[in-house]
Amino acid sequence: MKANCWYGKHDMRVVDVPDPKILNPRDAIIRITSTAICGSDLHLYDGFIPTMEKGDIIGHEFMGEVVEVGPGIKNLEVGDRIVVPFPISCGNCHFCSQSLFSLCENSNPNAPMAKKVYGQSPAGIYGYSHMMGGYAGGQAEYARVPYADVDHLKIPEELTDEQVLFLSDIFPTGYMAAESCNIQPGDTVAVWGCGPVGQFAIKSAYLLGAERVIGIDRFPERLRMAHEEGGAEIINYEEVNTYDALMEMTGGRGPDSCIDAVGMEAHGATLEYAYDRAKQALMLEPDRPIALREAIRACRKGGTVSIPGVYGSLGDKIPLGAIVNKGLTIKSGQTHVQRYMKPLLERVQKGEINPGFVITHEMGLEEAPKAYDMFKNKERECIKVVLKPGAKRAVPVGSPETVIP
Amino acid sequence: MNEQTLAHGLGWFSIGLGAAILIAPRRVAQAVGVENKHDILQMVGVREIITGIGILSEDRPARWLWGRVAGDAMDIALLASAPKLDGRTRAGVAMAVVGGIALVDIIASVQHSTGDRRSTSRSLFTGEGLNPPVKRPVVATITINKPAEEIYRFWRNFENLPRFMSHLLAVTDTGDGHSHWMAKGPAGTEIEWDAEITEERPDELISWRSLPGAKVQNSGTVRFEPATGGRGTVLHVELHYRPPGGVVGATIAKLFGEAPEKQIPVDLMRVKQLLETGEIASTAGQPAGRTRSTSRKYDDWLRT
Repeated sequence: MKANCWYGKHDMRVVDVPDPKILNPRDAIIRITSTAICGSDLHLYDGFIPTMEKGDIIGHEFMGEVVEVGPGIKNLEVGDRIVVPFPISCGNCHFCSQSLFSLCENSNPNAPMAKKVYGQSPAGIYGYSHMMGGYAGGQAEYARVPYADVDHLKIPEELTDEQVLFLSDIFPTGYMAAESCNIQPGDTVAVWGCGPVGQFAIKSAYLLGAERVIGIDRFPERLRMAHEEGGAEIINYEEVNTYDALMEMTGGRGPDSCIDAVGMEAHGATLEYAYDRAKQALMLEPDRPIALREAIRACRKGGTVSIPGVYGSLGDKIPLGAIVNKGLTIKSGQTHVQRYMKPLLERVQKGEINPGFVITHEMGLEEAPKAYDMFKNKERECIKVVLKPGAKRAVPVGSPETVIP
Repeated sequence: MNEQTLAHGLGWFSIGLGAAILIAPRRVAQAVGVENKHDILQMVGVREIITGIGILSEDRPARWLWGRVAGDAMDIALLASAPKLDGRTRAGVAMAVVGGIALVDIIASVQHSTGDRRSTSRSLFTGEGLNPPVKRPVVATITINKPAEEIYRFWRNFENLPRFMSHLLAVTDTGDGHSHWMAKGPAGTEIEWDAEITEERPDELISWRSLPGAKVQNSGTVRFEPATGGRGTVLHVELHYRPPGGVVGATIAKLFGEAPEKQIPVDLMRVKQLLETGEIASTAGQPAGRTRSTSRKYDDWLRT
């Protein structure tokens, strides 16, 4: 089959690899119909995630049709159409039984490696480094889904791939980020980063009852989407000072909750950005927490800072004094996708949200390297790319603003 | 001076010397008569600091101490290449000093390599410590989301153990609390031994020891305790073993990935997976854009 593989920093290649096989009783194999590039895949692309190996198949947002099931699977049949959640979770351990699926104790065969870095190991993740299990990902024609009896969401025929694909990661991720804010009537929520997760955080904050949502970014197309699709007020941090603007907009109190949907490769318009950039380049600071610092500083007293953005290891100069003296609550975590898939599918079915709104590009799987380059450099107003295995060329898409080369 | 203090002293000495070299390479080079080699000397400084940190940060710093011995040999070679004239004299003095330090390093290395803390420096002279060492026990703990009875029953059927202990080839229950074990040894060898149960309390504890004649003498206990609040069962494993060939054997075993310190926690992770999920998490055999399906560097070292 064809698969998109990582060969180093800014080096993705679509190559021929063997087809996946059933390796364990609870495995299933799916033929992938749609697979997306996640913002967090750019951290791999930029070489910031350790323990990657040349030839790793990447991708963790995918869906498709079941073509084979292992002897341990009773609730799936060949032909079923499923979305696969990005954390690999057994469904049996102490954490899974508490719905903390991304903290599964059993799915990471390389747990001792993660344990060395984090103290304990999180769940395995598709196509996201060997520390996270070294699992082959879903930017391919086929994928093996371990614990497939637990890790799937069956999709009714009437829904399109574009409506449900993002239940694999970014919709639940934005939703959990907003849910962590414990939004009260009248609340204002500020969202750093209007990439796909930020867009879903904005939508979810409104779904959960926020009165105002403020989106912060520097790319006009993203800010436009946050405003037009999400209904958010917007701040372009290259034009105004974010803290000052937020104080102005919130009567001097600061937003009730702040969501950092940026993560380890944050940009900034200040000297501070140059400082972090230099430290990161020298490997002195793997994570660049510029957005997080700003969120902590801007957040109102007693408020919540929610972090769906990906951080890998260590960041410097986190304003602990502000956290303590303003009595902030910090919430974070990889998304417990399995917990949210069904309720969010219902919201899609009821027409409360159409997650396809973030898609700006659909391309053939073979164009993955080009897609990464475009997404990384935010060319052609790229916000979210969906790859279609089997299609050699870019395929037309119904969403607005689609640009096909 | 006990061996711990001696090793720490050498660790700090390494760091101090390394720092001095890095801060003032030319002056040090001059002092020891190798003015022309101050660039190499800087590398010596880096080596000293790394070794020092290694000695201070490890519980059992034997290999770092041996690293110091190797470093001493390199330094003597460096000094021997000093230029003639008065550089020769200064280098000669420096060589004598390094020789003395090397002796101390060798003493510390041997002490640490022989393992038994209590025998301390006496062992070097009596030769006691050069017998196969009594190593510290390997201990490991894991919590399994199953009742103690179930785990106990699974474990007590020793023939199940090779299902999750990757170094075991087969275990046969020969009855009457006796069993026959076959395991992978270092470098593709096979080891066999007989063992007997020395204590057994259903759902609580199993203790065993190898019978005389075993190449790898071993004994141990596995305990099953209910976790607090009904959160499953805590498994404690304690293993004492005497590897074949003493220190050398243990080092060779380590090189080939057969070290129980590393293996037992991985085995416990696997038995948890097997009991909780019915299978062992794996990626061996999955596709990849390279010849191997897994990564030799990142996956294989802890899975085989």
